Amino acid sequence: MEQTAMAFVTSVLSAAVAAGTPILYAALGEVLTERSGILNLSLEGTMLVGAVSGFLVAVRTGNLVAGVAAAAVAGGLIAALHAFLTVTLKVNQVVSGLSLTLFGTGVSGYLGKPVIGVPTPVSFKPVAVPALARIPILGDMLFNQDLLVYASYVLVAALWLFFYRTRPGLHMQSVGESPETADALGINVFATRYAYTIIGGMLTGIGGAYLSLAYAPSWIEYMTAGRGWIAIALVIFAIWNPLRAVLGAYLFGGVDALGFRIQVLGAIIPSFFLKMMPYVFTIAVLIFATARSRNYRIGAPAALGLPYERE
Amino acid sequence: MLRIRRWVVLIGVAVVLSLAMVGAGGSSFAASKFKVGFIYVGPIGDAGWTYAHNEGRKYLEAQLPNVETVYVESVPEGGDCERVLTQLAEAGCKVIFATSFGYMDFVQNVAARYPNVVFMHCSGFKTAKNVGTYFGRMYQPRYLSGLVAGKMTRKNLIGYVAAHPIPEVVRGINAFTLGVRAANPNAKVKVVWTNTWYDPAAEKEAAKSLLEAGCDVIAQHQDTPAPMQAAEEKGCYGVGYNTDMRQFAPKAVLTAPIWTWGPYYVKTVKAVQDGTWKSEQYWGGMEEGVIDIGPYGPMVPEDVKKLVAQKKQEIIAGKLVVFAGPLKDNKGVLRVPAGKAMTDAEMLSFDWFVEGVDGTVPK
Repeated sequence: MEQTAMAFVTSVLSAAVAAGTPILYAALGEVLTERSGILNLSLEGTMLVGAVSGFLVAVRTGNLVAGVAAAAVAGGLIAALHAFLTVTLKVNQVVSGLSLTLFGTGVSGYLGKPVIGVPTPVSFKPVAVPALARIPILGDMLFNQDLLVYASYVLVAALWLFFYRTRPGLHMQSVGESPETADALGINVFATRYAYTIIGGMLTGIGGAYLSLAYAPSWIEYMTAGRGWIAIALVIFAIWNPLRAVLGAYLFGGVDALGFRIQVLGAIIPSFFLKMMPYVFTIAVLIFATARSRNYRIGAPAALGLPYERE
Repeated sequence: MLRIRRWVVLIGVAVVLSLAMVGAGGSSFAASKFKVGFIYVGPIGDAGWTYAHNEGRKYLEAQLPNVETVYVESVPEGGDCERVLTQLAEAGCKVIFATSFGYMDFVQNVAARYPNVVFMHCSGFKTAKNVGTYFGRMYQPRYLSGLVAGKMTRKNLIGYVAAHPIPEVVRGINAFTLGVRAANPNAKVKVVWTNTWYDPAAEKEAAKSLLEAGCDVIAQHQDTPAPMQAAEEKGCYGVGYNTDMRQFAPKAVLTAPIWTWGPYYVKTVKAVQDGTWKSEQYWGGMEEGVIDIGPYGPMVPEDVKKLVAQKKQEIIAGKLVVFAGPLKDNKGVLRVPAGKAMTDAEMLSFDWFVEGVDGTVPK
């Protein structure tokens, strides 16, 4: 009854992508937001609001697209609040982000009360891509997933092109690096920061909906279980690059997925330790990323976290 | 029933905790009714532990028309629950059921201040003159559900998604395994620990890892139906827990060991009303009706149902004792000699697996 090594590797990698996807969405959203100079620490709360909104709408309408759209709108609303507080009112970005985390946690618990323990009539199921899914190992890992996973591939590519190959992408980065210069060039710093904070929040909301509509279709208070914080750490690991965010998210998902499977193999490692692994990994990643950015002088956008005031 | 409204109040920016504040709305008690309070750790719709207690509360209200119940849900195990307990006592409750282990010390504190109120604490071990504890011998229906799983497995490998490594969970795994092997001596039970009570994502992932390792029936101890959903997705079977979980995975759920608190709540409240109630540590078995084996899915054949019904009668009659010797642990050491049965104290401190369990108890 033992599995073959290949089946084991395939199952871990496939689970890694599924477990990494909600974090990937949130991390991509945060990359976008931080690139424009706004630090948004509310991902945990925003994901929860996205998860509950998506679930509520999917249960009521029976429509997954409506659910995901609702999650994006809800995430965008929380982010708009963050933008209003930090861009317009110039509130400390850390304080605003943390309070919105608490706000999101409370609001999601309140909104979700009627649907706790309610089964959803619809959920995202894996759809194999013809031909591609038959590639050994990689096929099952990348092309036997659900539509939200495929959408994330497109999103990563689109973001990469946007950052490095388009003029608006360049404008966004200049706002994050030196808002004064951007302003002098005629770029509207406030509008830019509002826009990317809100889009970032929408992606984070979709990350939450992935949890409640695809990964474990259900709603339960605090179902993100720290994934929003991990996404923030991943942004640093990714050096604000969407491609590296993919790598980080799947690595994290892989460590997560490996935990139970190592237990099944009958390893002597205590289960508490296996459960701790993803978080140890996060800390290791932070150390690694910080050391790297010192050596190579690549790091956070220069104006990250600083409010901009016109002279 | 008095409806309790919850207002989620957001406390200021620097405050680390967000608190759910509970306000009793519309305090219009009928003065003549005997009031009974319930405090729950989870939401009443959790399809698990709290849901089962709330069904018991509804049963109590239906059976005793002179009783009025009040409940507060989602009360964390901490300082907050002392305030809620006090509030229930102040609201005139004569009996208060505190339905989570972590309420234990707070029940003691409040009970000392309200000596005329009877407090019943579920699953704890601290009593007082006006505090009793109560729990059910869940291992009995777990044994019965093991019989079903043992009959239904084709690969002779059953997965068990285990919660926290505490005696209650270990006892459940052991009873289940004894049931499995009574029906099918070749079957094994593979255990994975999640260290959660309620994390659907983790529990589903744990179930998937067992299914990938070749298990074709999944049993669980957590309060979410996520392991059952994982079984359904793979076209395998599952044994739920707490309540009938068939609505979440209709093609997978064979049955479930379930809580049926209603009759016990009626009995206890009646005893308090008659003045015959005395503090005790109650651990009720199947003969008391606190626990049962849930309804069956359509795939369970009649002869399996008949076998379970027969074994259930033997348990009720005291002819079948789940943890009776000879019992070996999963390393082959004889732990309970033939002719002996484990005592309650031994069962309450279980820290080893019986023969047939593939797994370890983390120390």
